Amino acid sequence: MNPLLSVRDLTVAFGKDASQPVVKGVSFDLKPGETLAIVGESGSGKSVTALSINRLVDFGGGRIVGGSMGLTRPDGAVLELSQAEEKTLVGIRGREIGMIFQEPMTSLNPVHTVGAQIEEAFRLHRGLEGQAARQAAREALDRVRIADAGQRLRYYPHQLSGGMRQRVMIAMALAGNPRLLIADEPTTALDVTVQAQIMALLAELKAEMGMAMIFITHDIGLVAGIADDVLVMQNGVAVEQGRLDAVLDAPQHDYTRHLLNAVPHFDGGRAARDDGTRTEGRAKPMVAVRDLMVRFPVGRGLFSRNPGAVHAVEGVDFDLVQGETLAIVGESGSGKSTTARAILGLVEATRGTIDAASGHGDRPIQMVFQDPFASLNPRLDVENLLAEPAIAAGRRVDAALRERMTFLLEKVGLPTDCLARYPHQFSGGQRQRLCIARALMLNPDVVVLDEAVSALDVSVQARVLDLLIDLQREFGLAYLFISHDMAVVERIAHRVAVMYAGQIVEIGDAGAVLSRPQHSYTRRLIAAVPGMDRRRQRYDVDTTPVPSLVRPRGYEPPRADWVDAGPGHRVRVE
Amino acid sequence: MRIIRDIASHPTGRVGAAIILLYLVLALCGALGLTPHDPLQQFRIDRLQPPSATYWMGTDLFGRDTASRLMIGIGHSFIIAFASVGLATLFGTLIGLLAGWWGGLADGLFMRAMDVLLAFPAILLALLIIAVTGPGTFTSIAAIAIVYTPIFARVVRGPTLSLKRRDFVDAARTFGSSQRYVLSRHLLLNLVAPLTVQVTLALAWALLTEAGLSFLGLGTQPPAPSLGLMMSEARNLMQQAPWLLVFPGLTIMLGILGFNLFGDALRDILDPRTQRRTA
Repeated sequence: MNPLLSVRDLTVAFGKDASQPVVKGVSFDLKPGETLAIVGESGSGKSVTALSINRLVDFGGGRIVGGSMGLTRPDGAVLELSQAEEKTLVGIRGREIGMIFQEPMTSLNPVHTVGAQIEEAFRLHRGLEGQAARQAAREALDRVRIADAGQRLRYYPHQLSGGMRQRVMIAMALAGNPRLLIADEPTTALDVTVQAQIMALLAELKAEMGMAMIFITHDIGLVAGIADDVLVMQNGVAVEQGRLDAVLDAPQHDYTRHLLNAVPHFDGGRAARDDGTRTEGRAKPMVAVRDLMVRFPVGRGLFSRNPGAVHAVEGVDFDLVQGETLAIVGESGSGKSTTARAILGLVEATRGTIDAASGHGDRPIQMVFQDPFASLNPRLDVENLLAEPAIAAGRRVDAALRERMTFLLEKVGLPTDCLARYPHQFSGGQRQRLCIARALMLNPDVVVLDEAVSALDVSVQARVLDLLIDLQREFGLAYLFISHDMAVVERIAHRVAVMYAGQIVEIGDAGAVLSRPQHSYTRRLIAAVPGMDRRRQRYDVDTTPVPSLVRPRGYEPPRADWVDAGPGHRVRVE
Repeated sequence: MRIIRDIASHPTGRVGAAIILLYLVLALCGALGLTPHDPLQQFRIDRLQPPSATYWMGTDLFGRDTASRLMIGIGHSFIIAFASVGLATLFGTLIGLLAGWWGGLADGLFMRAMDVLLAFPAILLALLIIAVTGPGTFTSIAAIAIVYTPIFARVVRGPTLSLKRRDFVDAARTFGSSQRYVLSRHLLLNLVAPLTVQVTLALAWALLTEAGLSFLGLGTQPPAPSLGLMMSEARNLMQQAPWLLVFPGLTIMLGILGFNLFGDALRDILDPRTQRRTA
């Protein structure tokens, strides 16, 4: 069979300088109905490759400086995309090559209803008008498994959840019945259970419509469930390509092997840490949280009579003992970050107590934030950044303090002579190391890590995780590790607390919780984790909506009942 | 300094910088008495002389040398512009910073007061203030400072609102950093770039406002030379001695152009979106 798309030696450069291309000679063939996954870390050129195919790269300042891209049209003629006129391309985009992007909120127009936007796609690609377009839009929403499609058409993008928005984007991309769908990191901005739903949906739609797909991702674990062919990119070069099984089972290139090793493998709790088993009741907790409750008032205004509140955190209890990692896992909106922020005093607890044992430092609890680009003041150099906690504690910047800075810089694996450098001179991973060093300046006992590795590339992520484990052993630190990523949690946690809708639904030793999940939500969360060993396994399209956390005034949740599922393993009764 | 290099290589920024530099040199010479003639001396026989080798820009009705008077006038205008913009920056930054940082009621009160000031046209507000206090150099400075304070308050409040929600401010809270430290290190330091641009542009407006006030006889008082005053005096002699109007007018225009070009260049250079990364 003829390939649908045949790319040869594709070379793409940006700006005037063609001597340093971003994509250097990528070639591949894509057969109708098959899926090619392009895997790589940020800056590898994977997105630029995809954007070159429908020539959207032209609008970002890119130029195709070499190679060919032959697209077989429905009539059998081959169109050379790299030479095609913009006039021709307008007819190709949407109709023959559809595309979905990473961030569904920014790709939808906020001032139009989703119905109007889907209808527009049908108007453009199929020439449907009025009632026919509306009917087609409703069917499109049905096809992407949105319940109450007729109702939802009248919604604006901000009224839909992230997963819903991405489904709307998919519905729009499919309006033109494209024979090729380019999906650029379509699930990166989504929660893991939503990601599983979108992946399942894409797989089903592909089978239904016989559409070919190019799936771009940084997560090689995601590839296993959807791809037929895999292309691994590094620094603009395709370092390895082949059939899915060949690449995953017998990787030839070092970088592929490195990626496969670096990707946190979720192993159903079997890879949980076994150092430092906790002796229940004997160790003194460094942080004891009892019945923590955080509520944010909503609709507080002159005319709203009965303001309710968002019950962000509801009755959370846990202990964190010395040298232990307690991971709090959950999806966005589950209250895990609010719990962390309440412990640091960044949000006020509405009720409940947070007892921190007095440690050996001035401030026994420190925090590392998710985004290393936002948590370092861009106008301060490393010395001033690291000095801040000490200055806040009333100390002066002297030789002893500088010595501690260089000591910690060495510990976190940064050059010790970088005190005069500024944050923008470091990479994301290095910045996060800097944040870790800063958190350790005051010799804390507890470090709260709020999605501290989520913004990092996988190979960087693995190294930062190793660093965290080393530092924990060396300084006897306790970690409160907030994450949505089960595989990362399995690597670092001793204990796991699963949060859902503001409450802990299951807590226990990492091995027990991850291998024998008892609560239905924990099971759902684990079932959604993509993995290498889940090749071609079907994910179910599960559309259980997350309950609303906005409660009327005076609402008190029913008392929680707990059952023991093993030593230190407690599960909330559903 | 990188910023100097950046301005020197900016096509219009270097023109602006050259103009400002030229004006500063002229004003300094004027202040040191290095003028072609005594700016106050009246050469009775040489009244209303057109530009010549002796009087480069001609003489006025009293026989005073225009070029010398312009040099002094530039100095005068610059002192008033710099002083008033300095005060406006100080108070505007303080008000904007605190309004943004405290939020809520304080924000509402401060910013509504600023809105009231902004609702008046600049020259009208300055007129009002001077009408109450009487003309003079110091009242000019005070009036122009009050006129431009709200602009600085607005320019500072916006970024403050976004900066205070940034993670590094939250991080500072977790260290227990003092409010003073957070305001100076995390907020003000990050406001330097937008403020610098605003200051340069405000200098251009202040120059114009000062000239306007002097033109109306409410700024610098005769016989001291001032750009606006010179134009006002030349108004009735437009037919006989057009140079008396042309040179001060050109001086004002060129000065404003200089500050605007310089300010635009600074905006280009300091804007993080156009900043080159030194990775």
